[in-house]
Amino acid sequence: MADFLMPILGAHMTEGTVVTWRKQPGERVERGEIIVEVETDKATVEVESFVAGTVEMILVDEGRKVPVGTLLAVIGVEGEQPVAARPAPAVPLPSVALPAPAAAKALGARVRASPAAKQLAQELGVELSTVTGTGPEGRITREDVEQAVRVTARPLEEAPDRQTRMRQAIAAAMSRSAREIPHFHLARDIDMSSPTAWLAEENERKPVAERLLYVVLLIKATALALREVPELNGRWIEGRVVENRAVNVGVAISLRGGGLVAPALLGTDRRTLDDLMRGFRDLVQRARAGSLRGLEITEPTITVTNLGEAGADSVFGLIYPPQVALVGFGRMTERAQIYNGEITPRPAITASLSADHRVVDGHRGSLFLGAIDRMLQEPNRL
Amino acid sequence: MRDEEIIERLLGILEELAPEADVRQLKRDVRLRDQLDIDSMDLLNFVIAVDEQFGVDIPERDYPKLRTLNDLVRYVEARLGDGASPEPGSAD
Repeated sequence: MADFLMPILGAHMTEGTVVTWRKQPGERVERGEIIVEVETDKATVEVESFVAGTVEMILVDEGRKVPVGTLLAVIGVEGEQPVAARPAPAVPLPSVALPAPAAAKALGARVRASPAAKQLAQELGVELSTVTGTGPEGRITREDVEQAVRVTARPLEEAPDRQTRMRQAIAAAMSRSAREIPHFHLARDIDMSSPTAWLAEENERKPVAERLLYVVLLIKATALALREVPELNGRWIEGRVVENRAVNVGVAISLRGGGLVAPALLGTDRRTLDDLMRGFRDLVQRARAGSLRGLEITEPTITVTNLGEAGADSVFGLIYPPQVALVGFGRMTERAQIYNGEITPRPAITASLSADHRVVDGHRGSLFLGAIDRMLQEPNRL
Repeated sequence: MRDEEIIERLLGILEELAPEADVRQLKRDVRLRDQLDIDSMDLLNFVIAVDEQFGVDIPERDYPKLRTLNDLVRYVEARLGDGASPEPGSAD
């Protein structure tokens, strides 16, 4: 049996709302299959199951907001005893969303409640075993039930709007970043003559729906450069860096009406440019529609932001914790460069690195930017 | 196809791309990028939609010519005159 908990879909996330269950009790779910849609402060996220099996129980109803870590469902795994055949808990599992400690307390407890409390609990659908009693000998009063409802089912109309919650989520993550991460910044100008010429030729041959955007070259070059400086493809967790084997470049996507998300293009370094382009196009569309998948939110190992399109010459951003690096690309402009001994105008961009000094030093950071440059000069090998 | 019909279809595409904007208020002789918050992905999606709706494939080398709504109308009109034709079943 596997517990399916409200996942942490971003460093800032403390709670989420169950929007839609894609699987019902008795239905089979495969590993990696979407089981539920969860609304966070930033988006509606399709959350995958990490195990294959049969959904045994759903414990949190659609529309309920619960803290991360709350038990949402139980999945029976092949070869294990089904839930129904195991000894039943002393009291039913909570039928309303509860903070985890309260839910844990409820198991095995004997319920004492006033008649008024019982009646109100029945009317409101509150499971009394999950309510803390404040009456004599811990007896649950009508007021306790009312308080439980206030805590567990915050009315939607009291919640701030999506835009406000988005800003709050960004504020929390970026404040943590500025507070905890000792950033340093490096920049390097990159001659884009080769990649732009190669891209123009490629796109001339491709049907319009398969054309590549040059940002995809930047993303792939970043992913390949991480193989040479793998410590930047890590997370800072409990006082040390944990390097990731997979390279999942998160891409900052601005949203209509403000705010941004940075979901991952999973397995970035192993995908072809055509495949990355398809994935990127799909990702942007879903991000702006507010429909991302759990792994895309939880698995970025580094973030790329291309603010050049918005006119910025260079980018010196804040790292999204617990990641340890952010790569920025500025505006592509014609710049005077000495080429074959002559000053000539050539397209160039400024690539920048924001890195966590606890993890890496300027020397390695410089090598990383150099590797991105080198990758871009051979676009046919990306 | 009349100019007004081309404009209507182009505005419909832009409306899909930038639903937050009131595309009916766009000035036809002012750069679209100065009036709409659009990026290269939006531009690509626009070009794909033009191909789907008008049967006009806009090559990348022509992008710089298409700065305003008027530029777009003239371009599509000219390309339709060259023999491109709206896709059957496209939004009419």
